[in-house]
Amino acid sequence: MSLTASDVKKISHLARLAISEADIQKYTSDLSNILDTFAVMNEANVDGVVPMANPQDSTQRLREDVVTEVNARDKFQAIAPNTESGLYLVPKVLE
Amino acid sequence: MHNKSLTELAADLRAGTYTSVELTQHFLDRIEQYDESLNSFITVTPALALAAAAKADVQIADGTAGPLTGIPMAHKDIFCTDGIKTSCASKMLDNFIAPYDATVVEKLKQAGMPILGKTNMDEFAMGSSNENSFYGPVKNPWDTTRVPGGSSGGSAAAVAARLAPIATGTDTGGSIRQPASLTGITGIKPTYGRVSRFGMIAYASSLDQGGVFARDAADCALILSAMSGFDEKDSTSSEVASEDYVAALDKPLQGLRIGIPAQYFDEGLEADVAASIKSALEQYKALGAELVDIKLPNTKLAIPSYYVIAPAECSANLSRLDGVRYGHRCDDPVDLEDMYKRSRAEGFGSEVKRRIMVGTYALSAGYYDAYYLKAQKLRRMIKDDFVAAFADVDVIMGPVSPTTAFKIGEKSDDPVSMYLQDIYTLAVNLAGLPAMSIPVEAAAGLPVGLQIIGNYFDEARLLNVAHQFQQATDFHKQTPQGFGA
Repeated sequence: MSLTASDVKKISHLARLAISEADIQKYTSDLSNILDTFAVMNEANVDGVVPMANPQDSTQRLREDVVTEVNARDKFQAIAPNTESGLYLVPKVLE
Repeated sequence: MHNKSLTELAADLRAGTYTSVELTQHFLDRIEQYDESLNSFITVTPALALAAAAKADVQIADGTAGPLTGIPMAHKDIFCTDGIKTSCASKMLDNFIAPYDATVVEKLKQAGMPILGKTNMDEFAMGSSNENSFYGPVKNPWDTTRVPGGSSGGSAAAVAARLAPIATGTDTGGSIRQPASLTGITGIKPTYGRVSRFGMIAYASSLDQGGVFARDAADCALILSAMSGFDEKDSTSSEVASEDYVAALDKPLQGLRIGIPAQYFDEGLEADVAASIKSALEQYKALGAELVDIKLPNTKLAIPSYYVIAPAECSANLSRLDGVRYGHRCDDPVDLEDMYKRSRAEGFGSEVKRRIMVGTYALSAGYYDAYYLKAQKLRRMIKDDFVAAFADVDVIMGPVSPTTAFKIGEKSDDPVSMYLQDIYTLAVNLAGLPAMSIPVEAAAGLPVGLQIIGNYFDEARLLNVAHQFQQATDFHKQTPQGFGA
């Protein structure tokens, strides 16, 4: 399975990773080589096999819907890149 | 002091031969003296360690100490430590001071163990050589031109050079067993769900499992007893009761049935590694065990299955690192998308980016069925192979890694050849089984690890099987040259 440069640009956009033009070729070849190793999956007969998401096939545990955490906003925001009045600041989203 | 077992250290502390402050200072001095050549620590925390040691000395004096009180240890830098930098060896988290303790950290703190520092690793636990660290590669204490394995390479190198009596690690595809094997120490990856993942920075959540590195299986048993157990803060934590892993260590191995999978001994396995493994199996026969040929026919499919599932999960887990709430943010973003894309591009190293992109692709519209869903079906087939094998045998044995430690730089330009290193370890994570690596006879002066795979929640038997071998051999007592007597 060979990827093209434009595939890699699309994937890097979906992954929100800025990849420079100079690196596109290298990623295209690395990712294509990795995908090539997946080809062996096509030889396996998986008819009737149920996909497995968890080793013990366990399901989500539920708990009472009550508050269990204390408010630690100030501690969490102390390590944030940019905050103001208890809010996380990011570049303007709406013009 | 640094060559003693945890039981011996605990006895000496109680007898007053030395204090926890003296013991902790001894290991801090060794880190200061020797770690420049290994780079096994990202952060050393002397003041905190000595304060915890002083507190431990009070507990020892007033009789409230437990079996681990006062013995210092190190944490892989993937475990959140309240108030201490927790970087995951990434530029992305170089400025991240964890705001809380991981459950594992909290449990070992409660057991009274001072924290010497945080150990180096492959960035976000992605790698098999510890070359993918923002803080530089870790060197193997047996030969500093070689890798210690990964991703928990710093913890393994530190314990191998006796810079710490024990260290924590995590194992998503072999990241405890492979470095333990390459550095000649003992490491255990428990059953998925046995040790809490809370506060352990997620790579691939359905595969990640915390564990420990130590000199020997008896030390692993003591630590695992303290760090395992149900945790309501981890939604996949197992409610199966934890055991006292020390109690079962002395059981004789007479009649033990050891499964030997032919698939773990075929082409790709270096001849001298195979010879060391076979000689260890002979030792097990001498201890009364029986070797049984078994088949794990889907072993080869573990590589594609793992390298689809783990990157898929990582692409989702690492999406939280976007420069908004913590971690690296780029300078002067023009808009939100530019901030996400450049913060992530600057913060992540190349292997992390590759895996995020592979995972993003495998989950994207039109490819999900062909990759992710297919990989999950193979995952069940791989698990079913093990379930069938364990109907007839008690444990499974084989090599951990097809080679001994390779040279730094030898495989770093070729991600695929690096992935093939994990051929014998990946299937265990996909199935969620417990497994260990214990040192056996060296090959050309470099350590070789024997892998012991157990049935679900059978850690006590694994540790017993490892301990009995170590009672009869001294491979686990051999130490690398150049790190003091």
